[in-house]
Amino acid sequence: MQRLLRHRLLWPFVTLALLLAVNAVFNPGFWQLQWRDGHLYGSVIDILNRAAPLALVALGMTLVIATRGIDISVGAVVAIAAAVAALMIGGELVVKDGVQTHVSRFPMGVAIAAALVVAALCGLWNGLLVAKVGMQPIIATLILMVAGRGIAQLLTGGQIITVYYAPFFFLGNGFLLGLPFAVFIAAAVWGVLHWLMTRTALGLFIQAIGINPAAARLAGLQERLITVCVYVFCGFAAGVAGLVISSNVKSADGNNAGMLMELDAILAVTLGGTLLTGGRFSLAGSVLGALIIQTLTSTIYSIGVPPEINMVVKAAVVFVVMLMQSAEFRAALRGWVVRPAAAGGAR
Amino acid sequence: MSARPAAPALAQAPAHDATGRPSHPTSPPTAHAASQRPARIDARYVPLLGTIAVFALTAGFGSVMYTGFFSAQVFLNLLIDNAFLCIIGVGMTFVILSGGIDLSVGSVIALTTMVSAALVEHHHWSAAQAIPLVLAIGTAFGALMGVLIQRFRLQPFIVTLAGMFLARGLCYLISIDSISITDPTYTAISQARIPLWHDGASITIGALLALGMVALGIWLAHATEFGRTVYAIGGSEASALLMGLPVARTTVLVYTFSGFCSALAGVVFTFYMLSGYGLHAVGLELDAIAAVVIGGTLLSGGVGYVAGTLFGVLILGIIQTLIAFDGSLSSWWTRIVIGALLFVFCLLQRGFESRRPRS
Repeated sequence: MQRLLRHRLLWPFVTLALLLAVNAVFNPGFWQLQWRDGHLYGSVIDILNRAAPLALVALGMTLVIATRGIDISVGAVVAIAAAVAALMIGGELVVKDGVQTHVSRFPMGVAIAAALVVAALCGLWNGLLVAKVGMQPIIATLILMVAGRGIAQLLTGGQIITVYYAPFFFLGNGFLLGLPFAVFIAAAVWGVLHWLMTRTALGLFIQAIGINPAAARLAGLQERLITVCVYVFCGFAAGVAGLVISSNVKSADGNNAGMLMELDAILAVTLGGTLLTGGRFSLAGSVLGALIIQTLTSTIYSIGVPPEINMVVKAAVVFVVMLMQSAEFRAALRGWVVRPAAAGGAR
Repeated sequence: MSARPAAPALAQAPAHDATGRPSHPTSPPTAHAASQRPARIDARYVPLLGTIAVFALTAGFGSVMYTGFFSAQVFLNLLIDNAFLCIIGVGMTFVILSGGIDLSVGSVIALTTMVSAALVEHHHWSAAQAIPLVLAIGTAFGALMGVLIQRFRLQPFIVTLAGMFLARGLCYLISIDSISITDPTYTAISQARIPLWHDGASITIGALLALGMVALGIWLAHATEFGRTVYAIGGSEASALLMGLPVARTTVLVYTFSGFCSALAGVVFTFYMLSGYGLHAVGLELDAIAAVVIGGTLLSGGVGYVAGTLFGVLILGIIQTLIAFDGSLSSWWTRIVIGALLFVFCLLQRGFESRRPRS
């Protein structure tokens, strides 16, 4: 029981459970699952599907934040990856054997690989600026955040590129074993990362860099190489998320795809109990954080509150979470709670 | 032709030398030496001079390439169209000088336009009542964030991020649609032009306010205890504390001042757009940070000039003007060029930082 109470995922888990409970009260059909055409349908499945891209970005962001960094370019990378994939797949109407079919411009595998490579290169750029040039992470990634959005708009010509190639839609809309395919992608990435962090020394290395980069370097860690790799992975994860998003909406929008996603991802990571000061991190926590954000959004829609309130609620959640993370605030709170009680007792 | 705009820009450098000196009481008075031997410039002013040179070069390039570019009104329009950016840039300079960051400025502008529009249009307040109230709201917003950052040791990045969400969310609580302003006072101020020369070049009240705020910023930074404390905190907060400087009060004041600047920029933006809308000024905080960085202020805090920010804003503006004059380039090239400029300036900053002894 003590161990359970001390568990670092307790609070994210309680938050999610509360949100789900609120949903169940306001929306009796919330937990109902339907089996239709070999797929599961329901609000919960919908939340899982929509949370998958955010969870992917948040996983990459977790590792970056664990090394004391931050990557605010992920939204732009999402847009770039989506634009590359949509441009290369495109989809032209071709009459083949008397049947009208959509044919991709490049083989889909090539297009997806190209998009992921471009996304990883974006990450490499960030990583080199942070680790080799020594810029502050927020500024190094600010450069790509500003320019990357422009590059995505350049690629798409400022238009929304529609994709007409059915196999591509499987990434964001397909189902495997009754569950959305995007959930499997997010789960696979989490699984690989979890294995790397717990079964190899990499997790320890990242934590060591986050706690004290200089000490980690003196201890013989290849601090710079690991930092670069972490940013490359963050770019890659954002690229995967971009593919899932563009596949889900069957188009790529250079202007708006992934807009404000960096903020949601940072929020998800913070909610999951990862400290922004580096060191302690939790991959499962970030996935929980992404689920909390998506459930919050769905809740706001389903209980009939105007969706405009979403941002105010998010702001309130961030304020509460960061105040709870602050040792000074907890001390002050204890002071406020104890002092009136003591004063009352004296009287 | 290209040398013409460069001359007045370079002529301003000694003036900055003179104003910049009080902030570094320990350093030798090099401004005097620099005026005697113009070949050697104090390393402190190199980033600022670099910014001014880039502006002069860009202006010279535009003047040579495009007919009609080299006119007083084109350059005044840089100020008129970027007055709000200039005002938040002044506030942001102080925040960054103190080693912090403020991501909420864009959404505080949106909130200010929204509250002004709602009060004036829906509740029939006069401009004289609405403007002080929105200025007070913005200032209080900044003060609240400052208290959270200082009192509870929270990261400025995440506090102002939450502030950004909150201010934008509050806009949508007022209305999701744009509210256009038809109030006669607002339209009169919006259309007022102050002629500067007899050839018809004129400037708006918003641009004058921006210049006034830059002057106020320079005075605050270099001639007051507040400014010296901000530089000291940015240099090393621990040292500033040990020196007995009012670190806590100044940190809160820095964010309060930034909140006030955002609200004032919001008022100017209301005059500029004549409407209130929750989607106004999206992403403007990044433009403001970019302007401050391009202006030569180090993001690690403690080094930089308010005057540099003015030129940073002008560079952002002139890039947009160049792309508009060219006509064949799409608007997204602005973002790419700004990103490239940011990259170059950050690289230069790293070069300067690595030459300074590490603290």
